[in-house]
Amino acid sequence: MKAPRAGARHGADLAFRVLAMSTLVVALVTLGALVFDVLGDGLGRLNWQFLTSLASRRPEDAGIYHALAGTIWVIVLTAALALPLGVAAAVYLEEYGTNSRLARFIEINIANLAAVPSIIYGLLGLGVFVRFMSMGRSVMAGACTLALLALPVVILSTREALRTVPKSIREGSYALGATQWQTIWHQVLPMAFPGILTGLILSLSRAVGETAPLITIGALTYIPFAPDGVWSPFTVLPIQIFNWVSRPQAAFKENAAAGILVLMALLLTMNALAVFLRDRFQRQGRS
Amino acid sequence: MRPRRLERLIELALLLSAALSVLTTAGIILVLAVETFEFLREVPLFEFLTGTEWTPLFANPRFGVLPLIAGTVLVSAIAMAVAVPMGLLSAIYLSEYAPENLRRVVKPVLEVLAGVPTVVYGYFALMFVTPLLQRVFPQMSGFNALSPGIVMGIMILPLVSSLAEDAMRAVPRGLREGAYALGATRMQTALQVVVPAAFSGITAAFILAVSRAVGETMIVAIAAGQQPRLTANPFVPLETMTAYIVQVSLGDTPQGTLEYRTIFAVGMLLFLMTFALNLVSTWLRERFREEYA
Repeated sequence: MKAPRAGARHGADLAFRVLAMSTLVVALVTLGALVFDVLGDGLGRLNWQFLTSLASRRPEDAGIYHALAGTIWVIVLTAALALPLGVAAAVYLEEYGTNSRLARFIEINIANLAAVPSIIYGLLGLGVFVRFMSMGRSVMAGACTLALLALPVVILSTREALRTVPKSIREGSYALGATQWQTIWHQVLPMAFPGILTGLILSLSRAVGETAPLITIGALTYIPFAPDGVWSPFTVLPIQIFNWVSRPQAAFKENAAAGILVLMALLLTMNALAVFLRDRFQRQGRS
Repeated sequence: MRPRRLERLIELALLLSAALSVLTTAGIILVLAVETFEFLREVPLFEFLTGTEWTPLFANPRFGVLPLIAGTVLVSAIAMAVAVPMGLLSAIYLSEYAPENLRRVVKPVLEVLAGVPTVVYGYFALMFVTPLLQRVFPQMSGFNALSPGIVMGIMILPLVSSLAEDAMRAVPRGLREGAYALGATRMQTALQVVVPAAFSGITAAFILAVSRAVGETMIVAIAAGQQPRLTANPFVPLETMTAYIVQVSLGDTPQGTLEYRTIFAVGMLLFLMTFALNLVSTWLRERFREEYA
């Protein structure tokens, strides 16, 4: 349907249209400027030596290996915690307690948690995991904190994945005499799994970029070794980047830009994986 | 009867996982409340909330939180001054003007903008936007409120845009067609019919964006400096509530000391502020949903 147009009002309409469109152009140009700025500053510093070296007080010797290893440790452990807990919670809300008062209360709670600033999760982690549970400033404490941070999103996306499983599948299973849990475990979860995995990876890619909560629980900003277990102290890519940005020397700023490129490459890989899984899932759904 | 009992057991385990979220909320409130209570035993609430000097790490400490609140409000206001008009206009464009295939290209790009880690935005504010702004405002300091505010606005833009667009697309088609039938242009329809009709949904988006800006940490920790200052001048260094928590966390403040407890007291204030904003936003959205149900 086309709007009616006439005379001067047409001019105003066109001007408004151009103004509205230009906001999108500004957003795109900003994204472009950000990417080119980081590439321009960091590409020259990015090489094999940078990826495999440990932190150093001399910028030209410093590398990202310890932070990259720390990020991978934390993220794998976060996934191991958030996946079972998130899926279990989503299955309960979607399949069992659909109409109960308790389920409704839990739902509201999850929605509120999703909007709590991430630094508050850091204070929670500091109070509960680092001190009360005496985990210290370890990979484990960091992963527990990030898992709580990621859970609301994992639960939300898992519920969406569960909802795409057609009702007839459940009914067919019940008709064959399966119990509710047998139906969920053998029919519903396998069908929803690619969708669940996509949601998990996307929420983890969020967690990978988180800096504030891990600084708050006391992840170290200078650490000359990679973690060797879940109780080891650690640092992660965003904290290393922050540490380099905060130093006055220009050479460290170059390191920060190169670190950002490594972080962005990691995020792109994770997102590409999620998109790949989603596409495969959709093709399966159609056939 | 055995499998039945197993079924009940599994249901209970699933319920406990779901209840972990309630436990998380309780944990947040408990941790913040306990340390804040200890803090308030040494610093009177009135002094904390109305004092104009924040120097907890000095030899002669003062615990007036107003400079941190002022810093947070100033940076958030700058961010909203960017995100509100731009977010609203881009939402109007996407909802009322853009052809479907353009929407399909633009929306993922906006999602990318929302997915960039905040530490990267901080770098961008400090290393790119601040030098650029200094050419226009030579009196501007290397650390300031303006640059992180603008960058934060760009960061929040996708959130405002997509929530406001959802609200506008939920406005029934009949209202637009009525306006067109009366001879209104697309601009008149968008501004005088669609936006007012979606008003509570759009306001909910704005409020959620304020909450995001207030809680945002890394951009301000990197680009705004770390000097608590009661000012409305966007060109000088200042400190926000979140940046203060980061500053103390980076140091070696021993636990159990008063300085250590300040981050929980400031965190409590931050939590209460964002929680209130989120509640209002949810309430507005629910109301909007009822209107057109």
